Amino acid sequence: MSSNKKYWKRVEDLNPSPNAAVQAVKHKEFVEEIPVDEFLGDKSTLESSSTTRRDFLKYVGFSTAAASLAACEGPVIKSIPYVVQPEQIIPGVANYYATAIANGYDFASLLIKTREGRPIKVESNSLAKANGSINARVQASVLDLYDNQRLTGPQKRGENISWETFYSEIGQGLKDVQNQGKTIVLLTQTFASPSTEKLISEFKSKYSNVEHVVYDAISESAAADAYEMKYGRRGLAHYDFSKAKTIVSIGADFLGDWQGGGFDAAYAKGRVPKNGTMSRHIQFESNMTLSGANADKRVPLKPSQQKLALVRLYGKLTGTSVGVTLPPAIEAVVDSAAKELLKAGADGVVLTGIQDVNAQGLVIAINEFLNSKSYHPQTTILTRQGNSQAVSKLVNDMNKGKVGAIFMVGVNPVYTLPNQAAFVDGLKKTSLSVSFSMKADETAEVSQYAAAVPHYLESWGDIEVKSGHYGLMQPTIRPLFDTQQFQDVLLKLSGNTLTYHDYIKSNWNSSILDGTSWNEALHDGVYISSSSKKLNNNTFNLDIALSALSKIKSSDFELTLYPKTGMGDGQQANNPWLQEFPDPLTRTTWDNYVTVSEFDAKSLGLENTNDATGGLNGSYANLSVNGTTVKAPVMIQPGQARGTLGLSFGYGRTKGLKSEMQTGVNAFPLYNEFNPTPSVRIEAAGGMHEFACVQLHNTLMGRGDIIKETTLEIFNTKDTEVWNPTPVVSLNHQETPVSSPDVDLWDEFDRSIGHHFNLSIDLNSCTGCGACVIACHAENNVPVVGKEEIRRSRDMHWLRIDRYYSSDDTFEGDNQTKDNISGLGSSLSTFGEMEMPSENPQVAFQPVMCQHCNHAPCETVCPVAASSHGRQGQNHMAYNRCVGTRYCANNCPYKVRRFNWFLYNGNDEFDYHMNNDLGRMVINPDVTVRSRGVMEKCSMCIQMTQKTILDAKRDGRPVNVNEFKTACSAACDSGSIVFGDINNEKDEVTKLKDDQRAYHLLEHVGTKPNVVYQVKVRNTNEA
Amino acid sequence: MEIVSKFKNQHSPIVDMKQENSQHPQIKLVFFGILLFSFLFTPLHAQEADPVKGKALFNANCAACHQLDKKMTGPALRYVETRLSEDEGLDREWLYGWIRNSAAVIKSGDTYANKIYNEYNGAAMTAFPQLSDEDLDNILAYTAQDKPAPVVAATSGAAQVNSEGGSGLSKDIILGALAILFALLALGLFLVNKTLRRFAAANGVEVQEAIKRPSLWKAYVKNQFLLLVTAIFFLLSSAYFVYGYFMQIGIDQGYQPIQPIHYSHKIHAGDNGIDCKYCHSSARVSKHSGIPSLNVCMNCHKSIYEVAPSTATEEYSKEFYDAEIQKLYDAVGWDDEAQQYTGKTKPVKWVRIHNLPDFAYFNHSQHVSVAGLECQTCHGPVEEMEIMYQHSPLTMGWCINCHRETNVKVEDNGYYEKIHEALSKKYGVDKLTAAQMGGLECGKCHY
Repeated sequence: MSSNKKYWKRVEDLNPSPNAAVQAVKHKEFVEEIPVDEFLGDKSTLESSSTTRRDFLKYVGFSTAAASLAACEGPVIKSIPYVVQPEQIIPGVANYYATAIANGYDFASLLIKTREGRPIKVESNSLAKANGSINARVQASVLDLYDNQRLTGPQKRGENISWETFYSEIGQGLKDVQNQGKTIVLLTQTFASPSTEKLISEFKSKYSNVEHVVYDAISESAAADAYEMKYGRRGLAHYDFSKAKTIVSIGADFLGDWQGGGFDAAYAKGRVPKNGTMSRHIQFESNMTLSGANADKRVPLKPSQQKLALVRLYGKLTGTSVGVTLPPAIEAVVDSAAKELLKAGADGVVLTGIQDVNAQGLVIAINEFLNSKSYHPQTTILTRQGNSQAVSKLVNDMNKGKVGAIFMVGVNPVYTLPNQAAFVDGLKKTSLSVSFSMKADETAEVSQYAAAVPHYLESWGDIEVKSGHYGLMQPTIRPLFDTQQFQDVLLKLSGNTLTYHDYIKSNWNSSILDGTSWNEALHDGVYISSSSKKLNNNTFNLDIALSALSKIKSSDFELTLYPKTGMGDGQQANNPWLQEFPDPLTRTTWDNYVTVSEFDAKSLGLENTNDATGGLNGSYANLSVNGTTVKAPVMIQPGQARGTLGLSFGYGRTKGLKSEMQTGVNAFPLYNEFNPTPSVRIEAAGGMHEFACVQLHNTLMGRGDIIKETTLEIFNTKDTEVWNPTPVVSLNHQETPVSSPDVDLWDEFDRSIGHHFNLSIDLNSCTGCGACVIACHAENNVPVVGKEEIRRSRDMHWLRIDRYYSSDDTFEGDNQTKDNISGLGSSLSTFGEMEMPSENPQVAFQPVMCQHCNHAPCETVCPVAASSHGRQGQNHMAYNRCVGTRYCANNCPYKVRRFNWFLYNGNDEFDYHMNNDLGRMVINPDVTVRSRGVMEKCSMCIQMTQKTILDAKRDGRPVNVNEFKTACSAACDSGSIVFGDINNEKDEVTKLKDDQRAYHLLEHVGTKPNVVYQVKVRNTNEA
Repeated sequence: MEIVSKFKNQHSPIVDMKQENSQHPQIKLVFFGILLFSFLFTPLHAQEADPVKGKALFNANCAACHQLDKKMTGPALRYVETRLSEDEGLDREWLYGWIRNSAAVIKSGDTYANKIYNEYNGAAMTAFPQLSDEDLDNILAYTAQDKPAPVVAATSGAAQVNSEGGSGLSKDIILGALAILFALLALGLFLVNKTLRRFAAANGVEVQEAIKRPSLWKAYVKNQFLLLVTAIFFLLSSAYFVYGYFMQIGIDQGYQPIQPIHYSHKIHAGDNGIDCKYCHSSARVSKHSGIPSLNVCMNCHKSIYEVAPSTATEEYSKEFYDAEIQKLYDAVGWDDEAQQYTGKTKPVKWVRIHNLPDFAYFNHSQHVSVAGLECQTCHGPVEEMEIMYQHSPLTMGWCINCHRETNVKVEDNGYYEKIHEALSKKYGVDKLTAAQMGGLECGKCHY
């Protein structure tokens, strides 16, 4: 039915006006002329062209058709075999080499998986019982090898030179310096390497005026000084927390990087309740750290008060009267800690991270008094030998012109020194400066020579992590670039014709290996020597220490500078895996920040807000220490002690790394006189900073069934149903256990034949360290998406470690608050309050990956059956089948599925390791690199389980007990993540699955996951 | 290169490559044996010795290192006996001693023995104490034969060409003649017709025109039903072909690219019966079957520098094949004249024939070692392929069908013992297919 009805927009339309302008506008979509000529070019040329629009379309049509026809032809793929295939390389089969990392910050013996000669993954060396820990940074270190920002050869003032030139010029330079009578300084990292030490002493004897200064960017100098005074050897005492029943830590983040780290595995052993007992851990600290988060009792305390608390603890333990006063509440806690320690006796241990010789000496005295079984001073940790005073003296000497030549090895003082300007001035007065570096970093840039050194995976070396525990470092790939090791350079300069490899070999054969063959040691990667050095036992003047500590004055704000789990001292800042690694506590990536307590934030006018998309923003603040000011964004941190601030090292690098990686602010300028706890002034600075945080909701809101936890007392005395109840659902208005088949929508599938994989995660021994996260990245080619995408919640981590704070003082309190809610009004207000963490909350970590549900909600909604279930319990994801509807992600109760919004591989918009040929060498060839528009998720490392099965089939044997592994379970030093086959009754996971602590995440949903969690037990038993 | 010790199994004894470097693969050389003979050579011996037996013995014992006319690992051996007696004054007894135990001769300080030992870089000749005087005489008789003149082969080749050319020519002539004949016949018919018509016109006979009927085409066009049926038929059949066309995109069955070296699987695997896994050794232990590295080729081709005349076919001449072997030498950097490696290598860029997409995981060792499949099951009659091609479609349907139909080889495999027992009870069958073992699950191949 036609109609003459006319629609009009303006009055002129209804009553046609003679106005020409109105008429003109009426017939034009755009008021202004579209500047076609501007983008098409000259109008007259266009008009005179013989190509009409129709012709143009014909050509377009033809060329499109031609192109698509041509595209049907497959590409020709070339295959180039070796000319002479190395005997030990079989394409497609991984080789493993035992080696070690020793970069001055992380020391560990490890196993490197190589494929076709490319190192692709770091694994732990099961023979190395006590050689450091493989943390997230070590896991990620393999990617540093393939960093395309590395120096490709020696440089002089930024110009490439040859090694011959380098040697002749350096040799001449050293001679000149010797003639001038100035000193030659080796400013090096801690090597903890017997052969390097010997080499340096030989170099010293060749050039008489050599001074060796050991410099740790993040100093443990005070502890090393105290140990040296007491025992006569520079180093640190070893602790073994597996034997401890009561652990009192005052400002020591021993689950982090305290004294070189590596204590978490032993600690975790003592945390799993066995025969009704587990260790009790009391932590006094200012920042919220991993150790505090895992503690049974955490006391937020200013650094200055920590010293007083230590004095009081000493006084209470030994019955000495010490005249210190603390707030009454703190005094009570310290007194009760002392009581617990006295009760534990030799099973107790005290440690401190206070950078003060007196405090460190006091702790030695306390542990000796307790006769602590966990304190092993006879085993010296050698990985932190830096001497702050020597470094300060060096800077003075350089400025006085006393230093003629300086070799800087494994250190980046221009970035890490607080007085970097003075150091740079000093360098200018030094006639010969050489930086041995992998990158054109801050120091290499201002040095005359930058000597390109190889990555540790291309080098020879040896380490002695603890006295008597040796490790060997061997190359796992030919050097990628024209690099030479510092040790080889030193050998040449000393006139020694040996290579460093031969040097180590002869040194080991003559003085370390006691009859054991070199080959065996190299194969194992570790060697434990039975001979031990006798240590002195000097007396430490405690009276002076006590009185010095008692005089400590507090200030309004005290800053605690700390190393972040992912970034350490910042030498791996160009590693995209570590940049995107969410901090275990703040869950923030690509940044560092000032942590402030909520109380102080309010009074200072600092805030954290979330924008409309959820992105976290934080105000900026200015921090001033001793005249140096740094502007940094603020993160409000639950658990931060009032009057304290925290700021992490390792960020704010500007040289030798991609622009994407130049994140955060540099905290080293505030590290005045190597004091990590300076007093500080803070004031709000204008503007807001955008964070990329992967967890925007911080509390559990009283949902105690997500992280089930109980106390040791209840665990020991009550029925399992009390503290680990089976969830019930309503069936015909009857409460029915969710495990009953009556309430199940689905038929059960018989999985009793073959393998059935389960993964168990013990929430008691998980310290939240995050090594599994990086291991998962490396094994499964998980892409890095960058800060912007993370902020949009498009992170790709297959495995995340959720961190929850309690909004009450305890999670139990949260549960009760929730249960007490009645009525709408109460629930609205109370739930609102429960979103806020308490000031000193309990913390819980929960690693969450795909739960591989036997009744998986994701599988039923996939329209193309891209997600399906295997008989072995794994939820399969066929990427090539996925069309990207994302229904599965929406239907997943655990939110573990990740969508590829972009092509992250070979895309200039994501200029990380997958965007260059060098970086792509780290990719695991057994796992597909996913493309844009497909869903991905944890596969329970099906490539690893399949390989284990195939190995067994080829050998014609059943799969061994505990042979199945995933990347995360293999990376878990603390033994929290255990993987295995529950159809093999001898596998550890079979017992864990039926353990009374076992529960499933969101069990009431009825998804029947193949991942089990173990209830977290807290030891709240006060003495 | 510094080679690091391999950490394949933590408890396995280690291998220090450095030390092993000192144990150079000992090349056992035979050559000098040859020289010895001349001395004992007398007409009487020559008459008694049998060059035919000698050839067999030579091929069995000496051919790995010696050729008659070419210096190889050892010297060329034609007329060796004469040469030694004339040049060096050594007799047949010397040759006996040398062949049976060259090391002893060298040790005794014999001048010529040491000279030749050093000339060939100290490669020791394998001792052959088992060869009797008679055997050695036969071998020497074989080496004393004159080189057969190559003329015969050349003429036969030419003759072949000629005869081929001849037959081609005759075929053309016959066809041409037939065409002319047909043309003449057609012309004749036309003329006869024309004449008859003229007769008819002259005699007043009217030639009747055929009754005009509506043409078949018009009738067809008017019949709507037939049109519809035809249209449907054409639509369906074109859809069938279009579907077929699209479905074969990306399936390269029959893909037979030209390779940089004409490597004939027929000659190697077929005629000479070399086991596939001799060259493709990693198929046993790895997911890749592996393209053999050139050093594997040189295991044999160090001494096989030309093909036997009988290997040549009509399509590929001996010269062609010999040139291909020369390509191998160029690539691997082998100087055949000097019998040594030059160190100048040019890796061969083979064109990959079997291309699975990256998202499909396939493991050769699973199929070759565990399942015990023959390579031919998937790769077809490789031993008959002069040029390698893709035999199977390599589609998922093809994989799946095989998994459905193929029984798992459970015998003598400890891994399957328990699983097989339980599963066969469950399915009530004696044999289990790969599918019943879970071989159809997506995640088994896609991860």
